[in-house]
Amino acid sequence: MTRGAICKSVLVAVAAITPMHVRQHGMSSRAPVHYGLGRPATAADIQAWDVTVMPDGRGLPSGSGTPAQGAAIFAQRCARCHGPTGVEGPFDRLVGREPRQGFPFGRDTSLVRTIGNYWPYSTTVYDYIDRAMPYDAPGSLTPNEIYSLVAFLLWKNEIIADTATMDARTLPRVRMPARDRFVVDNRRGGPEVR
Amino acid sequence: MNDQPHERREPDGLTRRRLVAGTAAAIGLAMLRRSAFPQTGPAPPPSRPLGGTATVLGARAPQEKLQRIVFGTMHGMSLTPLQDLHGIITPSDLHYERHHAGVPAIDPHEYKLLIHGMVDRPTVFDLEALKRFPAVSRFHFLECSGNGSSGYTDVRPDQSPQVVDGLTSTSEWTGVSLSTLLREVGVHPRATWFLAEGGDAALMARSIPIAKAWDDAMIAYGQNGEALRPEQGYPARLLLPGWEGNTNVKWIRRLEFADRPFMTRDETSKYTDPLPNGTARMFSFVMDAKSIITSPAYPAAVTGHGWWDVTGLAWSGRGRISRVDVSTDGGTRWSPAVLEQPVLPKCHTRFTFPWKWDGAEALLMSRATDETGYVQPTLAELRRVRGLGTNYHFNNMRAWRVRRDGSVLFGLEG
Repeated sequence: MTRGAICKSVLVAVAAITPMHVRQHGMSSRAPVHYGLGRPATAADIQAWDVTVMPDGRGLPSGSGTPAQGAAIFAQRCARCHGPTGVEGPFDRLVGREPRQGFPFGRDTSLVRTIGNYWPYSTTVYDYIDRAMPYDAPGSLTPNEIYSLVAFLLWKNEIIADTATMDARTLPRVRMPARDRFVVDNRRGGPEVR
Repeated sequence: MNDQPHERREPDGLTRRRLVAGTAAAIGLAMLRRSAFPQTGPAPPPSRPLGGTATVLGARAPQEKLQRIVFGTMHGMSLTPLQDLHGIITPSDLHYERHHAGVPAIDPHEYKLLIHGMVDRPTVFDLEALKRFPAVSRFHFLECSGNGSSGYTDVRPDQSPQVVDGLTSTSEWTGVSLSTLLREVGVHPRATWFLAEGGDAALMARSIPIAKAWDDAMIAYGQNGEALRPEQGYPARLLLPGWEGNTNVKWIRRLEFADRPFMTRDETSKYTDPLPNGTARMFSFVMDAKSIITSPAYPAAVTGHGWWDVTGLAWSGRGRISRVDVSTDGGTRWSPAVLEQPVLPKCHTRFTFPWKWDGAEALLMSRATDETGYVQPTLAELRRVRGLGTNYHFNNMRAWRVRRDGSVLFGLEG
């Protein structure tokens, strides 16, 4: 038997005993499931990094705010980009309920998508302000300020009363006008264009 | 401006009628003049000067003026010069950009990725730890889901391939398979989604179905043989082959596993597709099959009769391109183009189509088909199912009108 033939027969033998998933993924049979790399994340790590707010309210911090409190903060921190009433711009329009009937955004290109007519979840307003706003100083608002801004924007969009208070308990219960308008992607490839 | 047709004689002896009717035509004319190089000239000198010395870092030939086009200030983007590139790889400094809060400056020594939520072992990985896992390298395109809107809703003739479709690029990406990291942290069997969060100023975040993590997702740290460029997510990003650009979260800092989606702003308010039937499609991740001819294309011109190489790119987020057909008469007759190797899944594929121009007006189009049998739709077909209110996924066929004077304009089919 030549050296090449021996090598070849060893390779065949290894291939025969290598589990299918290892061969398919091109991994060495020496690869472990667990490498022990990285370091365990502590509760403090996770608390410092995790800013997520979910639609059921998970992740919302303590604190609260009202539309009246939000109006003052909006004028100071937001109106420069979104306009005095959240309508005028120059950047994204935040306020507006038209059209009140139907959801004709796919047909009518004149419609502007706002929190009031397009956003399906109230918690997203908190989550996004917390992550990204104000644009030039994201992360600079306190939970009370964010709850106040959320309350102001929901009130301006005629979704909550001017007397309402937004907090970790009340905000997830706010049902948005566009809540039931969204469908999950149904494109699957193949000949049909969707 | 004179709007009467007039004759003009070129150095190659061809006579063409030109209609100088607008800016576009004037630019086309300028290109014609520049492209006509002399057929005769002095012989090269017998003695040659010594060439330049070796350098620590290469640079393009000074004559090659490749540039991205930058749009926007608050919302930055820049577009790849598709018409200037060969093959399928985008040089890293020309890869398109799209970011929502600027390009962050991240110290690779400070970089960390936290994986937590529904996992047995919440873990923090630094860059060195990520690089100690077995590395994989894959060629994949990226495409902004808004790429090509000016081929759908705002069709103007004076647009180059870069302006129409420059928010797509292809690189070789190197990193660790996300499936490897899922095993490493022991993800729970009931976890169905994960949040991918970037370390940019806006902490851009998207919810991703876990099946994609087990399939072909990776945490990439390499791009075309070197570290990621800052604009592409340095020092590490999520890569979801074939999925809309924004889900490939750059500067990735956190993955949180859960049993439901998180409903972030960029998967509800943005990156959803309102449809004519009064609903809006969400989580429309996959980029459907698409192609564009990159030459001949505005602003370059067809500078003489005879053979030309019609060439372009085709790609599909669902797998390999199985064929590309080219029409020179606006979609009445189609002929198969040659697919250059390699033809890789979820990757730009180069196609070529030899074409003999006889001087008549022509309408050049390409039509991609992918391995699922999906055929790139016409503009009319796509508008019928999507409506005009959509902002994303503009994969309809593109057309280039070659006029009798050789100038080429972007145009509608038919």
